[in-house]
Amino acid sequence: MMRIECPWCGGRDETEFHYGGEAHIARPEDPDALSDEAWADYLFMRANPRGVHAERWMHAQGCRRWFNVLRHTASHEVVAVYPMGAPRPDLPETAA
Amino acid sequence: MTGPRRLPAGGRIDRSRTVAFRFDGRRYTGHPGDTLASALLANGVRLFGRSFKYHRPRGVMAAGAEEPNALVLLEPGPFAEPNLRATEIGLYDGLAAESVNRWPSLRFDLGALTGLASGLFVAGFYYKTFMWPPSWWNRIYAPAIRRMAGLARAPREPDPESYEHRHAHCDVLVVGGGPAGIAAAHAAAASGARVVLADERPHPGGSLLDGPERVEDKDGAAWAERMLAGTSALLLPHTTAFGYYDHNFVALAERLTEGLSPSERAGRPRQRIWHVRARRVVLATGAHERPLVFPGNDRPGVMLARSVTAYIHRYGVLPGSRAVFLANDDSVYAASREFARHGGEVAAFVDLRADSTADADDLPVLRGAVPLRTLGRRAVTGIEIESEGAARRIACDLIAMGGGWNPAVHLFSQSRGTLRWDDRLQTFVPGRSAQAERSVGAAAGRFDLEGCIAEGAEAGAAFARELGFDAPAPPAPPERPQRPALAQTAPPAGRSKAFVDFQNDVTAADVALARREGMHSVEHLKRWTTLGMATDQGKTSNVNGLTLMAAGLGRPPAEVGHTTFRPPYTPVPFGALAGRNIAALADPVRRTPMQDWQEANGAVFEPVGQWRRARYYPRGGETMREAVTRECRAVREAAGILDASTLGKIDIRGPDAAELLNRIYTNGWKTLAVGRCRYGLMLGEDGMVFDDGVTTRTGEHRYLMTTTSGNAAAVLEWLEEWLQTEWPGLQVYCTSVTEQWGTITVSGPQARALLEPLVEDIDLDPAAFPFLSMREARIGGAPGRIFRIAFTGELSYEVNLPWRRCLPVWERLVEAGAVPYGTEAMHVLRAEKGFIVVGHETDGTVTPVDLGMERMVSSRKDFIGRRSLARPDSRRPDRKQLVGLLPEDPAEVLQEGAQIIETPRGSPPVPMLGHVTSSYWSAAMGRGFALALVKGGRARHGDRVWASATTGESRVQIVDPVFYDREGARLDG
Amino acid sequence: MARYSIFSLARNALTGHRDWPELWRSPEPRPAYEVVIVGGGGHGLATAYYLAKEHGVTDVAVVEKGWLAGGNIARNTTIIRSNYLWDESAAIYEHGLKLWEGLSRELNFNVMLRQRGVMNLAHTEHDVRESIRRVNANRLNGVDAEWLDAEGVKAFCPPISISPDVRYPVLGATLQRRGGVARHDAVAWGYARGADARGVDIVQHCEVTGIRRVRGRVTGVETSRGFIGARKVALVAAGHSSVLAQMAGLRLPVESHPLQAMVSEPLKPVLDCVVMSNAVHVYISQSDKGELVLGAGIDAFNSYGQRGGLHVLEDQLAALMQLFPAFSRARLLRSWGGIVDVCPDASPIVSKTPVEGLYINCGWGTGGFKATPSSGWAFAHTIARDEPHKLNAPFALDRFTSGALIDEHGAAAVAH
Repeated sequence: MMRIECPWCGGRDETEFHYGGEAHIARPEDPDALSDEAWADYLFMRANPRGVHAERWMHAQGCRRWFNVLRHTASHEVVAVYPMGAPRPDLPETAA
Repeated sequence: MTGPRRLPAGGRIDRSRTVAFRFDGRRYTGHPGDTLASALLANGVRLFGRSFKYHRPRGVMAAGAEEPNALVLLEPGPFAEPNLRATEIGLYDGLAAESVNRWPSLRFDLGALTGLASGLFVAGFYYKTFMWPPSWWNRIYAPAIRRMAGLARAPREPDPESYEHRHAHCDVLVVGGGPAGIAAAHAAAASGARVVLADERPHPGGSLLDGPERVEDKDGAAWAERMLAGTSALLLPHTTAFGYYDHNFVALAERLTEGLSPSERAGRPRQRIWHVRARRVVLATGAHERPLVFPGNDRPGVMLARSVTAYIHRYGVLPGSRAVFLANDDSVYAASREFARHGGEVAAFVDLRADSTADADDLPVLRGAVPLRTLGRRAVTGIEIESEGAARRIACDLIAMGGGWNPAVHLFSQSRGTLRWDDRLQTFVPGRSAQAERSVGAAAGRFDLEGCIAEGAEAGAAFARELGFDAPAPPAPPERPQRPALAQTAPPAGRSKAFVDFQNDVTAADVALARREGMHSVEHLKRWTTLGMATDQGKTSNVNGLTLMAAGLGRPPAEVGHTTFRPPYTPVPFGALAGRNIAALADPVRRTPMQDWQEANGAVFEPVGQWRRARYYPRGGETMREAVTRECRAVREAAGILDASTLGKIDIRGPDAAELLNRIYTNGWKTLAVGRCRYGLMLGEDGMVFDDGVTTRTGEHRYLMTTTSGNAAAVLEWLEEWLQTEWPGLQVYCTSVTEQWGTITVSGPQARALLEPLVEDIDLDPAAFPFLSMREARIGGAPGRIFRIAFTGELSYEVNLPWRRCLPVWERLVEAGAVPYGTEAMHVLRAEKGFIVVGHETDGTVTPVDLGMERMVSSRKDFIGRRSLARPDSRRPDRKQLVGLLPEDPAEVLQEGAQIIETPRGSPPVPMLGHVTSSYWSAAMGRGFALALVKGGRARHGDRVWASATTGESRVQIVDPVFYDREGARLDG
Repeated sequence: MARYSIFSLARNALTGHRDWPELWRSPEPRPAYEVVIVGGGGHGLATAYYLAKEHGVTDVAVVEKGWLAGGNIARNTTIIRSNYLWDESAAIYEHGLKLWEGLSRELNFNVMLRQRGVMNLAHTEHDVRESIRRVNANRLNGVDAEWLDAEGVKAFCPPISISPDVRYPVLGATLQRRGGVARHDAVAWGYARGADARGVDIVQHCEVTGIRRVRGRVTGVETSRGFIGARKVALVAAGHSSVLAQMAGLRLPVESHPLQAMVSEPLKPVLDCVVMSNAVHVYISQSDKGELVLGAGIDAFNSYGQRGGLHVLEDQLAALMQLFPAFSRARLLRSWGGIVDVCPDASPIVSKTPVEGLYINCGWGTGGFKATPSSGWAFAHTIARDEPHKLNAPFALDRFTSGALIDEHGAAAVAH
């Protein structure tokens, strides 16, 4: 079971959180302007990398705040935690 | 004296007490402090069990967790524990155990007949046969295989004992209470760090208790006690660290009742699972001695050399009187000395290494000799060896073997640390760490006592310093002494079976066969032969197996590699892992304010989300149909009351609340006036209906949203997710108030008359209080709200009251003549009106258009899911659409889940048009009716089709889904 | 290929089993093939087998980055059934079940299919409704299915508890008698042996690092053992589908998750069928070896780690205690994890791609084992003919654009 650093509450067990999938998928401003393909891309297509993944978590049994996490999907190492709306941080070479 | 093999003195047993126990029905005696294995060995018992495949007689080989052979079923009846290792069962008075996997008895086991055909039953044989005739596989072959396999009988009765879970955080977790672990715990705790020391055995000391070793001129136990006395370290004996997970999360199983009889255990939890989050972990898990692979090495009386010493020192038991020692490692020499010192006769000492220079005191050492076979049937009577070109037999009743040591790298490997092959030790040792842990002592491949202690102390202190504690640096551990290299494991000479995996009967020949058949990967070797898959998970067999494979392939063992170590290190009861989250606590039931009343009044309940809702209230001997019919009539003709407290309620506040609703719901919300209610549908972004409910504007910037009972939490999370992740600019706050407000729905033409006497402040007259509006009022003296919304189609008042003020109002309504109705009647009444229920009429594939709710879908704004409604598949004309169904036979109530087909009695595959989503008996219509989703159904009103159910096919007519009061004339009573 | 039978076994016993040939060769990869299949798991090997057998395409290499059949085929809980709700799913899984029923003979390799029956339990009125809906759909699709009430469940599976006093009592179950379990490794080995005998090269320890394309058409794969040319490249690497697809510039509607499973120590026969419960969330069977084999849902997060959290197992076992309180004292022997790739509609993708000559088979989620034969069969057809078979046509990539999803999540479990 992973330990995740909530930016508001501190480190807590994974079981306190809800996972929210890939981060930085912004809802299109004008969905009507999108082709079916572009809409499907927003809706369903995911990067799903083997490596550092930008993803959303919510502290469901704590402050109930959403936030972003950079986590390695093979080692499960949490590389960075940052607020919603903030850009994905650049990683030092070693963390990738 | 408890048995002929008990030494007159020594051992950590309580000789002042004698306890009686039974094994396979026979009575024996032993002492507290014995294990079942030591007590039986003391009594001269050699035969402990039968192997998995060939049912060969087996004795006890080891003294701890690595024991592959001596498995028993402990205790009969509800306290039965299958497949326990006799080496780990603390003896208690009255203990009863039986051997496993034999029939009719351990001495005479018919299963052993398989041994006669063992030439056929080689690795993987079952993949090659049992295919003809095909019909025999399921009927004859497979059941026979199943009966032969399987070790102990399964428990059949509910578990009378309980288990618990505990969470712990610590600075340093030390796994293993041997010399290295104790030193680590001592050093870390001395600095003030929070330390947990988990040890699988009853007493700390580890290997120190197994032999004559002394530390600082004390015996092992005394040293361990001194080191741990006065430290702040939390010592957990009987506690196995069984799993090492991500982010230094280590799971421990503490056995709280080990060595206690069932009656002594009463009132205590049997085991406690610790979930430990450790900032640092010291792995001082020791090492397991490696057996030698030679013909007949499985005969009872063949034991690991250090285990022989352990039986002498822990339990005062000499496991044989005349022994042959077989060594591929210098540690066996010490074992032979201990054996001789305690009165055993060493018949011969064989060192497989021709170049060994170790010295066995006065004993002649047969260097470079090769064991050819063992003699005896159910116990060893001798051994045949080849020495200097000649075969010779040596009589003995014990063969003590030592093939070197395998560090217990299980937890290290589970932590994703990578292992390194050590050529001198001929085994894998910890290599690169992946988490904040360190292996020390024998677990790290170090076997000198001072070195282990120094290494442990150094690790404990270093971790404490890393964490900011003030720990003085202990002296650096001495250089590792260079151990003489071991001989490589070679395929054994001789014709009889040489076992690699004892429990699963995998022989050296099986390994060779696997190699010939192309199973070169260790994983293929494992899967083809079952090597390492037994209940010991290969603790004594894996390294021998892979080195044999490597030798056969002519490749270094490092290249062949190892299989993955997986949790648990040793088996853990399912019940312990389940903990307290069972029975009533499996998922605690949420209770409404009226639930006590409902239970007292005989309601029948159904699970709905986390709740249990009253489904109907049978009176006298009413059937469900009778009760529901009566309840429906009451609502249609007089008045009924429904406990609707389970519906989710979310208080939504803020200047942008209406905007939020506009984006979440399909319909528009900007024009809703204060005090007015509106029905809303919410979709997933895929355009499919996700939830529905009525939302009321309770103030200028304030709304009360209701959700389905099952989706309350999901909807709140949905709102919060959008607000926080996509629309942080909206000023809105959402709060769940489900359990702040209880809800009583009063419905029926007499609803107003019934409710009026309880209501102050407002006029219930529909003219003053129109449909789809809300009023604040005092009801039964309590401040509350009343909503004019109607799921039944009748004049209805939905009363919200503070949770604790609901029941008196409910009781007064009942006294006044309101008939309580349950969810089933509610479903009938709403279905008569053609109202959908999310989860009945929707299943995640249904759009609002499919439900005939186009009018609910605004074209003047965007909302979640809108774009998906424009996809080609969402616009197909033949999508399934909501319709009503009337069975041709009015007495029939269709089966919910019946499939709609065009014509009956087709042969598969029969095209399906849709299915029945809800189906009931209607008291109002005096007939059965149903709602259904049918392909292109809206254009097919009047058509006759068929409903295909498990109970048969019936003719139905497609109709409009609104069956009752289409004009809505009854809404105002 | 040496034929396996009791006679060949006896004959070899006389010679000390020294003459058995390897099950498959371990050839060096050739410079180019007609078809390169990426992924030597069950589905990939089945694809190779059917390409050779059904379509005569034998110029085929299966490249596997690790050891053969070491992915999900080695890690699943071996359940086989075909009782899916939607027509499209029922068709492909039922085709698979029929293949299963003849597979030991077909492959001359005993895959130990045990058709002991699979029960899916219903614990709420909602479950009951949806279960009956599925039974009715199954029957019309020619899939054997029965509805059992609680007593029927108890009669079919005596050790189960149908006590009404538990949190989620058993109200009934669907039963597919032809469902059951099979020996998972054997399936892969049998297909590998059969494909090898027909000339397919199986290349282990050969990791694909790139997919070479020229003008929108594949020309081969870069691997840890050099470039291998191919007219057609088929990706069948459950768990790693996104990683491979990305090499060809494709994005997939797929996310990789850990799926854990576990076994108890071996016990004498106690449970003769497969029991699955979505509501309390656990499934269980007993292997021929006697182990209780358990699984349940995925860990929530994306992962390629082949491991998950202990709490997921603890929750499953707590669920098990409701159904089989007597198993409390059975002991967990081993737990492990695989990587499943999950599609939004819980249905697979067996499809051509926008890249010419590139095919993909993925997204089987938690249920891929049972589909091994039919997945390989349909995928082989798609590769050989460059067009989908009608069995897998609905499982194309473009359904995510059109919206024609095949939602097998089971109906959304909510109630009013």
